[in-house]
Amino acid sequence: MSARNTTTTPSTLQQTKSVIAACLCAVVLQIVLAAPLQAADEYRTVTIADPYIEMRTGPGRGYPIFYVVDRGDSIEILMQRTDWYQVRAANGKEGWVNREQLERTLQADGQSVSFKVATIEDFTNAKWEIGALAGDFDGANIVSIYGSYSLNPNVAVELWGSQILGNFSDGYMASINVVHETWPEWRVSPFFTLGAGVIHTNPKSTIVEAPDRTDDIGHVGAGFRIYATRRFLLRAEYKSYVVFTSRDDNEEIEEWKVGFAFFF
Amino acid sequence: MESRFRVLFLIIAMISLSGCAATKNLFGFGNEEAPPPTAEGPGQVIDPEVERREIKEPKIDREDFEIGAFVGIMSVEDFGTDVSYGVRLAYHLTEGFFVEGTAGYTEAGLTSFEELSGDARLISDSERELYYYNLNVGYNILPGEIFLGEGRAYNTNLYLIAGLGSTDFAGDDRFTVNVGAGYRLLLTDSIALHLDFRDHMFDIDVIGEEKTVHNLEGHLGLTVFF
Repeated sequence: MSARNTTTTPSTLQQTKSVIAACLCAVVLQIVLAAPLQAADEYRTVTIADPYIEMRTGPGRGYPIFYVVDRGDSIEILMQRTDWYQVRAANGKEGWVNREQLERTLQADGQSVSFKVATIEDFTNAKWEIGALAGDFDGANIVSIYGSYSLNPNVAVELWGSQILGNFSDGYMASINVVHETWPEWRVSPFFTLGAGVIHTNPKSTIVEAPDRTDDIGHVGAGFRIYATRRFLLRAEYKSYVVFTSRDDNEEIEEWKVGFAFFF
Repeated sequence: MESRFRVLFLIIAMISLSGCAATKNLFGFGNEEAPPPTAEGPGQVIDPEVERREIKEPKIDREDFEIGAFVGIMSVEDFGTDVSYGVRLAYHLTEGFFVEGTAGYTEAGLTSFEELSGDARLISDSERELYYYNLNVGYNILPGEIFLGEGRAYNTNLYLIAGLGSTDFAGDDRFTVNVGAGYRLLLTDSIALHLDFRDHMFDIDVIGEEKTVHNLEGHLGLTVFF
């Protein structure tokens, strides 16, 4: 009897569960195993052209120099973190070298090594941009994220998602807008924007019970994109919204925001 | 006779032409001209075709992003302390600066008033679930190393963070400012252990008057660079 009991087929629910568990295990294993697999990859090898190159124990200026590789020797570049490169010498010693030193080495074809660093030109020409801004939305706080795609250096299309956090209500807003930059090559580049979207408002639970509502919005605005460093920029903007309510009057809202963004 | 004159004329013409050609070359006028086509085309001895050495450089692995999860304790002012969980994603801009997004969850308990009064409840059970997210800027203020015995060293960083976000608690989304400090210990070059302390500040009016509350959180996290 007991033997028969143990051979009962598992229910479909259990089967599904075990399938899900197996899938999860596979995903976790892949993630765990991915690192050692990558380690087996080929690394870029460069030859030292300077009298020597300094290897530090960590990716930062303060970390001590513990090893020096001489001119003519080659090193493998294992990985990059910010402006620092982890390298391996022929004898297996591993350490961190900064970009300026590594740019004075030679590639296998005898040419000097150059690493692509984002500059102000990329600030003008980059296609994609993502960022986060926060500020004031008619007395309420607003936190926004956006993604932008440049059609050309002057014109970009942006998609925004915002959360509005006020004393009397909170809500969400989504909008799509077109941005025009008149002088995109300037370090502080002014822009104008025009867009439309929707706003969902949810009155606070502690004040009088009022229904949630969703309205269409239109906006115009202006602001500055300011190139900071590498792929990093600061952004400040003003937008004037018109909320097309179902009541007699449309609502007008002013918004001021500052934040940061990356381009790539 | 006629053919003799013809030959003579041809010879003179050839000599004068070749002379002109020589003079042109002598004064360096003929450099831009294409070389005269060779009629017979003797077989070339040296084939100048040299293949350019094509070297495909392997891409360097960039590890500026950091992703991970954390577990800790969070004290929700007036509502007791409970376990908190969360996830973190960071992007390292320079060796000093990074930006970070975190999202977390904890469950608030009962206020002293609710405990003493028996059945009275200020907020429902589902409203006691606290969710937050924050967008922060961080700075590695004290990079360093720690030593375990004689043969082991780990890179560390003491960093400060500050940022904005939202907390969904007691029925509303609340604008939240958070500041904190953390300690990052790199177990390997790509795996880090974090110990973080943060203060999440927001305004709440559940217990009478509106006030700013400080919700302290301490958590231990594990992150992977990629």
